[in-house]
Amino acid sequence: MSRLELRHVRKAFGGLDVLADISLSVGAGEFVSILGPSGAGKSTLFQLLTGAEHGEGEMLFDGAPLDDHGRHFAFMPQRDALMPWRRILDNATLGLEVQGMRRQAARARVAPLFAEFGLAGFERHFPAQLSGGMRQRAALLRTVVQQRDMLLLDEPFGALDALTRTAMQRWLEQMWRHHRWTALLITHDVREAVFLSDRIYVLSARPARIVREIKVPLPRPRSLGGDAARQASTLEAEILDIILNATPSKGHDHD
Amino acid sequence: MISVGLLLLAWELYATYSGIRPTTLPAPSRVFEQALLNRQALADNAIPTIGATLLGFACSLSAAFVLSMMVDFFQPLRRALFPVLIVSQTLPLVAIAPLVVLWFGFGLAPKIMLVALVTFFPMLVALVEGYESTEAEIGQMLRAMGAGRWRIFVLARLPSALPYFFAGLRISITYAVVGAIFAEYAGAAKGLGIYMLNAKNNFRPDLVLAAVGVSAALTLVLFGLTVLLQRLAMPWERAGKETAGKGAWR
Repeated sequence: MSRLELRHVRKAFGGLDVLADISLSVGAGEFVSILGPSGAGKSTLFQLLTGAEHGEGEMLFDGAPLDDHGRHFAFMPQRDALMPWRRILDNATLGLEVQGMRRQAARARVAPLFAEFGLAGFERHFPAQLSGGMRQRAALLRTVVQQRDMLLLDEPFGALDALTRTAMQRWLEQMWRHHRWTALLITHDVREAVFLSDRIYVLSARPARIVREIKVPLPRPRSLGGDAARQASTLEAEILDIILNATPSKGHDHD
Repeated sequence: MISVGLLLLAWELYATYSGIRPTTLPAPSRVFEQALLNRQALADNAIPTIGATLLGFACSLSAAFVLSMMVDFFQPLRRALFPVLIVSQTLPLVAIAPLVVLWFGFGLAPKIMLVALVTFFPMLVALVEGYESTEAEIGQMLRAMGAGRWRIFVLARLPSALPYFFAGLRISITYAVVGAIFAEYAGAAKGLGIYMLNAKNNFRPDLVLAAVGVSAALTLVLFGLTVLLQRLAMPWERAGKETAGKGAWR
């Protein structure tokens, strides 16, 4: 029983094929990643889902065509997109306010979550006063409180330094185990995809096709040591091979 | 401050010891003395100038705000309007000011128009470019949340324009004072501009300079007010600077 289902989705920008043929599905409570080289058109896929762009092919949610865009998804963009002029609390309530909730009610809904997101005590701070990791957690908080059917995460940790990114991945995995969000993650980080996902779709370079669907059989909670970790690195090596072989002769392309 | 002090000192020494006549170049001390003696007249003439500056600026600001929104919602308007407006900025004030006075008389109207003429375009450009500085991802996120164009404008584009708005405000407010004085110079019953003209015609450069000093002080006060206003309107700017680099690693 898949919630989101894409069938042969294609998108071209003025003669340039960006998405060649994308078919995928995401089940309820499933964490799925789309893994591909940068510039492959991963973000374009989210633009189609959120209704910012229109493409060809079928996009279904719970079996019905996705026509009323934006109702099902809570979208977390690549950079945190926190509004510098709003305090963290008011950034977190943004989605609820847009939905028409009163500011006081929205604040009351969001405030109890600050501790879980490691942001307790920072409600009244401005984004510029927070570190990169905290900003990403605030952005995720703003995303999940919208209580949409599904999360769309567009390289949420791409702008963080390596240490912070690893810490955030562990934190997100733990959060996901508690909440079991239905989530679709875009990333070009193989390790991140393996660490977080139940399934991974591997994309080719542009024009993007799905070259492989991979189940990640690792037990949760995911760990960074022991047998599971060895299994994970074998899987990572395998996926890396697939990606590099799917993009012959242009391994160092600039796009 | 030190550089201004040194300049005044050099001026004072030159005016005192070179034997130049005070009707050509008065010493700063004399200018200051005369300013004190004529403070009533200076104040009487400064008030209409302040009035024209603020009223003209308020008109220009309101018009720029309304038009900037129209341009933001309807982009072709930009291509239609900007050439005309850019040409309006090339009009030499020396030629235009007497004409505007000729057409609209010695009252407040021509002053407001000239102040608006010099400040309107910088404010419009600042606002329009400010809206466009909105982070694309914030727009995409708001659309995904279900926000329409008006919501996106109010929630994201308007606040994004604030730094640009204040940069434009700081520049325009200084133009505004110059514009008002120019308009008065071309013809007025009262005002710093006409005061300067009369003082010059009476061979009183000390009083011309005293009026210049008043207009400079006026400009500085208005400039200071915009800086203060910006601090009040954008508290996050200072908050960000104070804690920059102090964040924990995660």
